[in-house]
Amino acid sequence: MRFSRTSKALGVAAVLAMSLTACGGTSGGGNSAGGGNTSKAITANSTEPQNGLLPANTNEVGGGRVMDLLFSGLVSYDAKGKIVNELAQSIETKDSQNYTIKIKSGETFSDGSPITAKNFVDAWNFGAAAKNTQLNSYFFESIKGYDKVSAEKSTLDTMEGLKVVDDTTFTVELAAPESDFPLRLGYTAFYPLPESAYKDTKAFGENPVGDGPYKLAADGWKHNVSVTLVPNEKYKGPRKAKNGGVTFKLYNSPDAAYTDVQSDNLDVLDQVPPSGLQNFKTDFKDRFVNQPYAGNATMTIPSYLPEFKGEAGMMRRQAISMSINRQQIIDKIFYGNKKPAVDFTSPVLDGYDANLPGSDVLKFNAAKAKELWAAADKISPWPAGKVFTITSNIDGAGNKEYITAMANQIATTLGIKAQLNPIATFKQMRDLVNKKALTGASRAGWQADYPSLYNFLGPLYGTGAGSNDGDYSSAAFDAKLKEGLSAKSVEEGNKIFNQSQEILLKDLPVVPLWYQAVQGVWSNNVNTVQFGWNGVPLYYEITAK
Amino acid sequence: MVMFTLRRFLQLIPVFFGATLLVYFLVFATPGDPIAALSGGKPMAPAVEAALRAQYNLDQPFWVQYGLYLKNLVTLNLGQTFSGQAVSDVIGRAYPVTARLAVMALAFEAIFGVFFGVIAGLRKGKLFDSTVLVASLVVIAVPVFVLGFVLQLVVGVQLGWAKPTVSGAAPLNELVLPALVLGLVSLAYVIRLTRASVSENMSADYVRTATAKGLSRRRVVVVHILRNSLIPVVTFLGADLGSLMGGAIVTEGIFNVPGIGNLLYKAIQNGETPTVVAVVGILVIVFVVANLVVDLLYAWLDPRIRYV
Repeated sequence: MRFSRTSKALGVAAVLAMSLTACGGTSGGGNSAGGGNTSKAITANSTEPQNGLLPANTNEVGGGRVMDLLFSGLVSYDAKGKIVNELAQSIETKDSQNYTIKIKSGETFSDGSPITAKNFVDAWNFGAAAKNTQLNSYFFESIKGYDKVSAEKSTLDTMEGLKVVDDTTFTVELAAPESDFPLRLGYTAFYPLPESAYKDTKAFGENPVGDGPYKLAADGWKHNVSVTLVPNEKYKGPRKAKNGGVTFKLYNSPDAAYTDVQSDNLDVLDQVPPSGLQNFKTDFKDRFVNQPYAGNATMTIPSYLPEFKGEAGMMRRQAISMSINRQQIIDKIFYGNKKPAVDFTSPVLDGYDANLPGSDVLKFNAAKAKELWAAADKISPWPAGKVFTITSNIDGAGNKEYITAMANQIATTLGIKAQLNPIATFKQMRDLVNKKALTGASRAGWQADYPSLYNFLGPLYGTGAGSNDGDYSSAAFDAKLKEGLSAKSVEEGNKIFNQSQEILLKDLPVVPLWYQAVQGVWSNNVNTVQFGWNGVPLYYEITAK
Repeated sequence: MVMFTLRRFLQLIPVFFGATLLVYFLVFATPGDPIAALSGGKPMAPAVEAALRAQYNLDQPFWVQYGLYLKNLVTLNLGQTFSGQAVSDVIGRAYPVTARLAVMALAFEAIFGVFFGVIAGLRKGKLFDSTVLVASLVVIAVPVFVLGFVLQLVVGVQLGWAKPTVSGAAPLNELVLPALVLGLVSLAYVIRLTRASVSENMSADYVRTATAKGLSRRRVVVVHILRNSLIPVVTFLGADLGSLMGGAIVTEGIFNVPGIGNLLYKAIQNGETPTVVAVVGILVIVFVVANLVVDLLYAWLDPRIRYV
């Protein structure tokens, strides 16, 4: 009796942290009111960092947001995702392949040791080398020599593309031109490490010494309980702390955190749980934001499925896309808190274009959908009785509801059978996706690592790319990507990346559904909180009342 | 009695190994790839993936994995979590919290349960009895997560009498609310058990004899009825202590208690075999010991029971 009650409750009260890789957000929802108390510490929600706090080993939100406050890299991102120089004096290139990076002199880590070019080069080499098993190592893959240090059983520690010129200068040679390389340099993996880190990286990960606006308080990381940060007086960059410190309370479920903010027991929450989506605007009147961040939700239709190959497959994917009424699902299931997607990227990014030619395929159009489906059937008939399945893990709250709704819409419009194929856990779902063992479509999505159109395209749809779960391959698209990467400037590159999206809009390797939005709330104890391009609050800007 | 206790402890050995083997196999057999989950859907360099698999022995067949686990166990090394912490440290931090919570819940249900149960039993059929019966039925019928969320919202958010969640150090005053929720359902059972047992013993021969001897009602109730009525209650409480010590996944989740239940839930989700097996192993020991204590209590409550 007891057990059955427990298992039922799990579905309701359970954790959804697992499937959230990164939480993002965007343009500031308001100005932080001046005149707050700058010596009082604030509290915010988080989850237990999955790994020791090393830049190249932190790939999820719980650790990421702590790292971003403890460290500063060459550049950082402002609320709108624009890059701002932190330690970089200048990042120069003539051909988008060879970069000369000068760093500011006289900067130090929080323990007083100076930051030199060597700290960057050593940290990047450490992150890339296979023998150090850092989860973010693939971030260095564009640097020349990465293929050698990352090979299995490789004992090399340095990439030939990185060279220290003097104390404040180093050069980076990439394996191929990449115009958006400077945009990446604010990501966690690219932070410098002090010399002292390498003696015992495990101990360092428990008690890191960084160069960011905050430093870890003495005994600051209480596992599964809290992470306490205090301002780093030695920090001179643009993200100077405006409060007396940040204490992250670690929660297993956003529901518990939500009740805490309601009773002013927690200051900032960056994720309103599904149970609060309907009422948070009335619960928190002028203390909430609801804004898009650099992430989207999609549905992958793998190209290895026999029914979705060739010309007929392309028409079928378009038909399915047009049979989904995105706005209706958003209104009914997400209480209007998202926006339907009209491209493959995110509206918070520089270069985003809401009017790409061909984006009509992402709008609900039942008549056109039926027509396309019938045309596809003439080329190769849909197998009689075949069910169109959408695979998803159902341990993350909200997945089940919207996918069931989507399947119903597809079924009604196209007159076929469609249903959710529920998978118990995230790890099981990833296993199926990685083994290319899906028998239908699957839930997918992307959270940007750094604010760039390319980050939403290259890693996902380039032939053989790491996150190309549907095995999409298009020579025309690959060529456009390459052209965009070798563009002379980021702006020029963005134009070409948008042209590459026109190809995707025809092929639909995934069906874009909607842009993710961050729903954040804060307590009566703090002034207005700004959320960044990636949905993470700008903690350093928050002032206590 | 010493022999009896010793024999029970010896039985612990096969039970422990059987349980760990079973649990190890179950976690092994759950579908999904923990390493794939570790990268959160982002790509991972193949060399890194292979190295991680080797580090956690995930590239070995089941018997080798289990054998290596046992080998480490002999040296009291419980293994590592995916974040590289020693499992013994992780459990060492979570267990005191759960133990405190469990003892509070148990004290709550034992004291109030027996108290209300005895009164209801003595006044069988009266208004108090009926009220208690109906109230306990309602509590049993309502799922524990409903009790938890409702109490959290009313007491924690709306009335503001207590903090709605438990902070890191888990001090006793913050644990009162979760302990209440945790003990409430068992409280209802204890009341009903005590009531049934007391009302049955009321008509027993020895009670009539005691009353006929001219003993005060107080003495009859406390010494004769209560003591004899407690045997089924003690059995229930003993078993309940075991399950409370196992961590209350739902209650700990609602109140964000950093206890063993939350730990276990996360470990199962992540496929973190060493953590799951270690927690279950400890639970087996707790259960066996709790049952042993219950058995020994029988002898104290009822002198006719003797162990050799």
